[in-house]
Amino acid sequence: MFIEKKPQSDDINSLDFKSNPMKKITVSPQLDSMDTVMAFFDECLAEQNVPAKVAAQINIAVDEIFSNIARYSGASSVSIDCEAGEDHVVLRFADDGRPYDPTEEADPDVTLSAEERDIGGLGIFMVKKTMDDVAYEYRGGFNILTIQKRW
Amino acid sequence: MNITKKTDGTVLYLALDGRLDTTTAPQLEAELKGSLDGITELNMDFEKLEYLSSAGLRVILAAQKTMNKQGKMTIRHVNETIHEVFEVTGFIDILTIE
Repeated sequence: MFIEKKPQSDDINSLDFKSNPMKKITVSPQLDSMDTVMAFFDECLAEQNVPAKVAAQINIAVDEIFSNIARYSGASSVSIDCEAGEDHVVLRFADDGRPYDPTEEADPDVTLSAEERDIGGLGIFMVKKTMDDVAYEYRGGFNILTIQKRW
Repeated sequence: MNITKKTDGTVLYLALDGRLDTTTAPQLEAELKGSLDGITELNMDFEKLEYLSSAGLRVILAAQKTMNKQGKMTIRHVNETIHEVFEVTGFIDILTIE
């Protein structure tokens, strides 16, 4: 595990947020890495005055996205960026696994009874509902998922 | 996550403390698997639960299905974040929340 600060990339500049240091971490795509990933985001957001509810929503989003990558991507590594400002955060997950666009996942039927229910797809659905923007691109052999949340 | 358990006859009380997510959901799943035999009433207290992810929803749904067959299940003291998760996912209509 390593954490480094680096200047903003062109990609983030295009999001038109004011300059903030970006933190980065690379981990093995396994559920065992979850605690490290959570601690990384906690540290990234620690200096900002994030409302408790938003912090919980971000934690949920990280849990959903990283667990999906760990379980299904077949990636060899995952790079994670976090760029937090006083009223927003940008999270980015880049994995070298098989191409998969979670934003294309059909929304689950949330009106079914307990007996008819299948839990599949609920995680990414929650992320889409609680975050302000979820964008996917496949570039240079990487699935890149960028999530923005404002408060 | 910590689970505090209390049994009163066929009534089971579980109080969850912490986060119910990918890492901790198996803990609750194991607890329920070993505890629901003969239980007619399952009461879960979420007062000290910060949030839950879909991994937690999966375990909650399984518990609800089991209790639909053998009695009832009630969840109490749900915070705003968790309430919103239940709303967004439609779980609000499946669960009994007080």
